[in-house]
Amino acid sequence: MRKDLRLQRGWGQQIVFLGPCLLFFLTIVVTPFFLGFYYSSTDWNGLDLDKAVWTGAANWRRIFTNDDKFWESLLFTLRFTVISVVAANVLALLLAFILMTTLKTKKLLRTIFFMPNVIGGILLGYIWQFIFTKGFATIGELTGISFFKLPWLGTPSTGFWGLVIVFVWQTAGYMMVIYIAALAGIPKDLVEAAKIDGARAPQLFKSVYVPLIMPAITICLFLTTSNAFKMFDLNLSLTKGGPGTSTQSLAYNIYAEALINNRYGLGTAKALLFFAAVSLITVTQVWLTKRKEVSA
Amino acid sequence: MNSSRYRPRNFILEIAAILLAIIFLSPFYLVLSNSVKGLKDILIDAASWPQVFHWDNYSKVWDAIDFPQAFFSSLQITVLSVIFIVLFSSMAAYQIVRKPTRFNSFVFLLLVSAMIIPFQSLMLQLVRVTSILELRGELYGIVACYLGFGMPLSVFLFHGFIKTVPFELEEAARVDGSNPYGVFFKIVFPLLMPIIVTVIILNTLWIWNDYLLPVLVIGGNKDLTTLPVAVTKFFGQYTKKWDLALAGLVMAITPILIFFLSLQRYIVEGVTTGSIKG
Repeated sequence: MRKDLRLQRGWGQQIVFLGPCLLFFLTIVVTPFFLGFYYSSTDWNGLDLDKAVWTGAANWRRIFTNDDKFWESLLFTLRFTVISVVAANVLALLLAFILMTTLKTKKLLRTIFFMPNVIGGILLGYIWQFIFTKGFATIGELTGISFFKLPWLGTPSTGFWGLVIVFVWQTAGYMMVIYIAALAGIPKDLVEAAKIDGARAPQLFKSVYVPLIMPAITICLFLTTSNAFKMFDLNLSLTKGGPGTSTQSLAYNIYAEALINNRYGLGTAKALLFFAAVSLITVTQVWLTKRKEVSA
Repeated sequence: MNSSRYRPRNFILEIAAILLAIIFLSPFYLVLSNSVKGLKDILIDAASWPQVFHWDNYSKVWDAIDFPQAFFSSLQITVLSVIFIVLFSSMAAYQIVRKPTRFNSFVFLLLVSAMIIPFQSLMLQLVRVTSILELRGELYGIVACYLGFGMPLSVFLFHGFIKTVPFELEEAARVDGSNPYGVFFKIVFPLLMPIIVTVIILNTLWIWNDYLLPVLVIGGNKDLTTLPVAVTKFFGQYTKKWDLALAGLVMAITPILIFFLSLQRYIVEGVTTGSIKG
């Protein structure tokens, strides 16, 4: 009898503590995830699912044989990811190194570099839409520097670099904070010892700092890679994928397919492919950099 | 890094860093200064300081986007979601750590692996699920969505932290006759404060700034339009009216900037903890 009561209480606690979390997680995340496998084989138009016809592999066939836009946006997204991940992390590391030294304005500068991060991508996109179309033009006229006179959102290649600039501006400060935390954790005597042994700055960087902050590098690369690959808000408010569809990210392509073309079934199929690509890329990246981690 | 003395080299670095910071901030300057200009002045010269201050840009936009409404619905959605995320995910993580049955470990694994799923892979099916459950256009509906999406990272963060909380404290309380709920809420929960702050900050930044989920789940219910959605609609209508568009932009970023500047120490700490655990 006593044992039964305890068992019951164990169940009660399990339901009270884990129940709410599981309820919301299963309803909002897990159910839609598995429904995706079904919807991706229908011609669901987003309205009446009752009329959605099972079309088997038709959506998949269409993606692989008759959807250049999808592959163009994949290519665009991959290029964007590689370039902006490298740029954001190089800048972040540089800032972290500068702000680790004794500077009078250190705290203020950290705050400034982090600031773009707290504002949502949608709003950052609008801020930069103004900078690119009006701000840069004015600066170009005043200074005569041709960089500012480019038609920033008007051509595919400048649009691409525009998105890179904004992404790096937004992300570098966040990564800087993580790198600073990692650099602060390096034992001072280790650096001193290397210096006494005659290590110069480049060597110190390559053989002491980089190996010791490898865990932070893993994290920062993971965060920037998955954010860049999933870029949507920035894309929507800055270029709307244009001119034409030349700067359309993969996430934006899925959105447009479903909500503008009303092809939810096809959109779901693309979304599943998108999930596979995100997983593949981030897992590979984490696996590659994790192998390089050492402990002090 | 080097010694902690301030040398000429540090002075040069400092100048370089300040210049970089000015470049970093210049977009904010351009937006802010042009938000109080007339449209003609913006088009003539976007870089100069305003000659005449058109404060009425702000009052016009205030009404046009119904700023109070958008601000309060963003606020209520964010606050409600964050409160319940903290509560439910800390309870779940506690149960998973203290009762590591095979089922609970599986749940944890499921939550952690879900972190990799991009929102776009779920959104279309979610639209369907939310309309079946009659969650669309309702406050509790959007909050339910944020609870679902907020769970994985938050449970993960609490899980890592609770593992470091000594079990002896709880045993002592239990010997003193406290029931499991009392132990959690009176002993464990207060000890979780540092990670609670992190969870609050990470979720607040994300939920406050989120655009796509409110668009999909709130849809046409005007009483619940959030700030990012209201600004986007406004921008769509006023593409060439930069004077009003910029004033709207400034109004939209001000609340979250104030939040950041007043709590920046905790925010930076929270972000660091969050990413190192993640």
